[in-house]
Amino acid sequence: MTELSINVNGQSQVVNVDPTTPVLWVLREHLGLTGTKYGCGKAICGSCTIHLNGTPIRACITPVAACTSGKITTIEGLSENNNHPVQKAWVEAQAPQCGYCQSGQIMQAVSLLKNNTNPTREEIKSYLSGNLCRCAAYMRIINAVEIASKIS
Amino acid sequence: MEGQIKSKGISRRKFVGIIGGGVVFLVSAWKLAPNLFLDEEGNQINSSTDFEGQKVTVWVQIHEDDFITIYNPSSEMGQGSMTALAVIIAEELDADWSKVNIEQSSANPSIYGAGWGGRGRSMITVGSRTVSSYYNTLRQAGAQARFVLLTNAAKSLGVSIDELTTEPNKVIHKASNRQMSYGEIAKIVKPMDDVPDIAESKLKKPEDFRLIGKIGPRFDIPSKCNGSAQYAMDIKVTNMVYGVISRSPVYGAKPILLNKSEIINSPGVVNIVELDHGIGLITDTLELALKIKPKLRIEWSTGNKAENFNSFDAYNTYPEIAEQRLSSGNVLSQKGNISNGLKSGLRTYSSDYKNDFVYHAQQEPLNALVSVAADGQSAEAWVGTQAPGNNRNAIAQELGIDPSKVEFHRTYLGGGFGRRSSSDYVVEATKLSNVQKQPVKLVWTREDDLQYGMFRPQSLQRMEASVDNSNNIIGWKHIIVGTGNNLLGSGAKPQFYSIPNLHVEVRNINHGVRTKHWRGVGHGANKFAIESFVDEIASDLSIDPLEFRLKLMKDSPRAQNVLRTVAERANWQSPSANGRAKGIAFAERSRSLAACVCELSVDKDSGRIIVHKIWATLDAGVVVQPDNAIAQMEGAILMGMSSILKESITFRNGQVEQSNFDDYNILRMDEVPDSLEVHIIPSKVRPTGIGESGVPIIGGAIANAFATLTGKRLKHIPFTPTKVKLVLES
Repeated sequence: MTELSINVNGQSQVVNVDPTTPVLWVLREHLGLTGTKYGCGKAICGSCTIHLNGTPIRACITPVAACTSGKITTIEGLSENNNHPVQKAWVEAQAPQCGYCQSGQIMQAVSLLKNNTNPTREEIKSYLSGNLCRCAAYMRIINAVEIASKIS
Repeated sequence: MEGQIKSKGISRRKFVGIIGGGVVFLVSAWKLAPNLFLDEEGNQINSSTDFEGQKVTVWVQIHEDDFITIYNPSSEMGQGSMTALAVIIAEELDADWSKVNIEQSSANPSIYGAGWGGRGRSMITVGSRTVSSYYNTLRQAGAQARFVLLTNAAKSLGVSIDELTTEPNKVIHKASNRQMSYGEIAKIVKPMDDVPDIAESKLKKPEDFRLIGKIGPRFDIPSKCNGSAQYAMDIKVTNMVYGVISRSPVYGAKPILLNKSEIINSPGVVNIVELDHGIGLITDTLELALKIKPKLRIEWSTGNKAENFNSFDAYNTYPEIAEQRLSSGNVLSQKGNISNGLKSGLRTYSSDYKNDFVYHAQQEPLNALVSVAADGQSAEAWVGTQAPGNNRNAIAQELGIDPSKVEFHRTYLGGGFGRRSSSDYVVEATKLSNVQKQPVKLVWTREDDLQYGMFRPQSLQRMEASVDNSNNIIGWKHIIVGTGNNLLGSGAKPQFYSIPNLHVEVRNINHGVRTKHWRGVGHGANKFAIESFVDEIASDLSIDPLEFRLKLMKDSPRAQNVLRTVAERANWQSPSANGRAKGIAFAERSRSLAACVCELSVDKDSGRIIVHKIWATLDAGVVVQPDNAIAQMEGAILMGMSSILKESITFRNGQVEQSNFDDYNILRMDEVPDSLEVHIIPSKVRPTGIGESGVPIIGGAIANAFATLTGKRLKHIPFTPTKVKLVLES
């Protein structure tokens, strides 16, 4: 066990964990930020997508020790009042079904739109193809990204 | 928190009379008695009306601030029924939808269950039947709650009830130009001894609906866009420890833990629980549980039925079983004389189709949090489940206590698809907590969830048919051989095709592996086979497959309409661009009718099928939430497409050969079509099921389009690139 300091959603947090612990469990089980989900544990499904210094990473395979010098953003820290353009677009498109993958989808989409404000459909599909949705709400997720690109 | 499931529904509050600034209406299907209330256990108390023998249920609470709480009995797994059921109540209650909140009801089937199939009340969200099975009950519940409000308002205003009307959240007395809001009535409402049944004729006419068919947004969606929606995986309680289980790699094998002392002495390990089917490990933290789990050295018993099972080899044994004497299995449907029917045809056809096992792959792996009290005489549970009633009973049975001693909290489900209608994972958590007498959160890893899965059965479909000189099918024989008993047969009867001589039969083989309902159950495999076979016959007769089906549907104008509509929307008669082709299919599921056209091309080098466009139609009676119904169709069609193109579970020596999403591939975003259009056929008849209707229509449509494009037929799902290339080269 090691005392580690990490910056999550603008706040500094101290946790006492094994440094090899995936940051996913630190966020969820130690800090109570359960919006980030466990889906596969092998970076195949994207449900655990968070941002480290603004770049999307898969929290399930990233050791917490690799996050100590950067800034983590989770779905909870995306906006003050759930009014990030991507979140608003997600509601407008009625994108989620079971919703379990959606934090990861949203975090991945936010990153896409930051780098590419007006992505084509093919670019959206390609950038989000690492995020699985078993409900297969894909048509609406694509639509939501398109809406977000218009309102952001 | 908007859209959050509040698991502490009505049963945890002490309602006696009118309290907390609101009144609770306890509504049965036939009676409404506001003087009946429930205690903490959901038991009826303070009854002044003799309701003995009646099942009294609780649906609506009206608050003095004019807000309304509606209790949701169904499991919300993304299908949207928590909103749809509230819409049904709110419609007849004449509620202002913007003032409605939805909370989870308690998990007590005798109060909140729906009767279906003559099996009495149950609380189980399966078979796309939630809206259809609750529709009449909840319209009545809403209408009776409205009647109580009207009665009380009439008294307060000193007028006859017949002079009153309602507008959303208001009772109006037009003659005196007075009105009372529902919140105002909540302040003065007096219990009624008896509430009459509201006659069907007094319920709203579909053309007067303000909410049904009109409300778009789902209640749960905002919470699913900000991380606040709580799934069972997210629940944490005081003093909680974590559990994982290393389960038998071959079903039925029993464990012996070889390094128990080493494991139990590892720092952070709280306990080891030896189960029949695995070794449970309880630890302080989840990361530790996951780290230590692979270190468990377990010797597994041998001699189990499943250990000789090789799923591909098993296919070789099926044809012989398919050829066994007629009616040697379980006959599902019989009409006319099948032997004569097949013999007397001008042309006869025979074709075999196959389908591999498929896995649910719900995005939230199974998990449950159970806390057994120190004396073992009560328990509390937090579960994302399709079957809260069964789960609660299973916990009680495991502990040898009465179900009323189990406080059961329902959370959102990160997908169900049939997997979460079982109780196995809840019983496991109960066993761990019962040993530890502490709250235990049991987490299945993705590998656990897949490798100890229960799968949609593998099967062979032997189809035979005969056609007379007018191109009518006069004989139809469908023999299903596989492992999975009743799961194999659903959807096998071609009930909308008029065929005089028919025989449908399941021949089950027990391979010793676990099978389960998977969205659409047998329909996925059976409709793929049926719809492919119909096209094979039409193609041989050089008849357009649309025309051929319309003729088969001659006794069902409703089915014809569904099929014709999709053909029109897809411009069926106009040829596709070069290198592309269209295919068509029809299926009924949960009494709804659906049809599909898809257009695809094939990348001949890789063998990859690329689906470009999909059109679908659905006739599901009155659709309570049309936009959500469309979302369900979109998702089900694409999930079906995933199973058709990609998914396969295989067994070698009884062990599942796949382990995670790297070797069990499901559809990804870059594989979806350019467009997927769903059209809902307007209807005024009672709702039928929607959630699974998209699954059975896509397999046939893809197979038929492929056959039109290439002249070759794919008969074994999934149509992986390797299989496609083999078929193209054949």
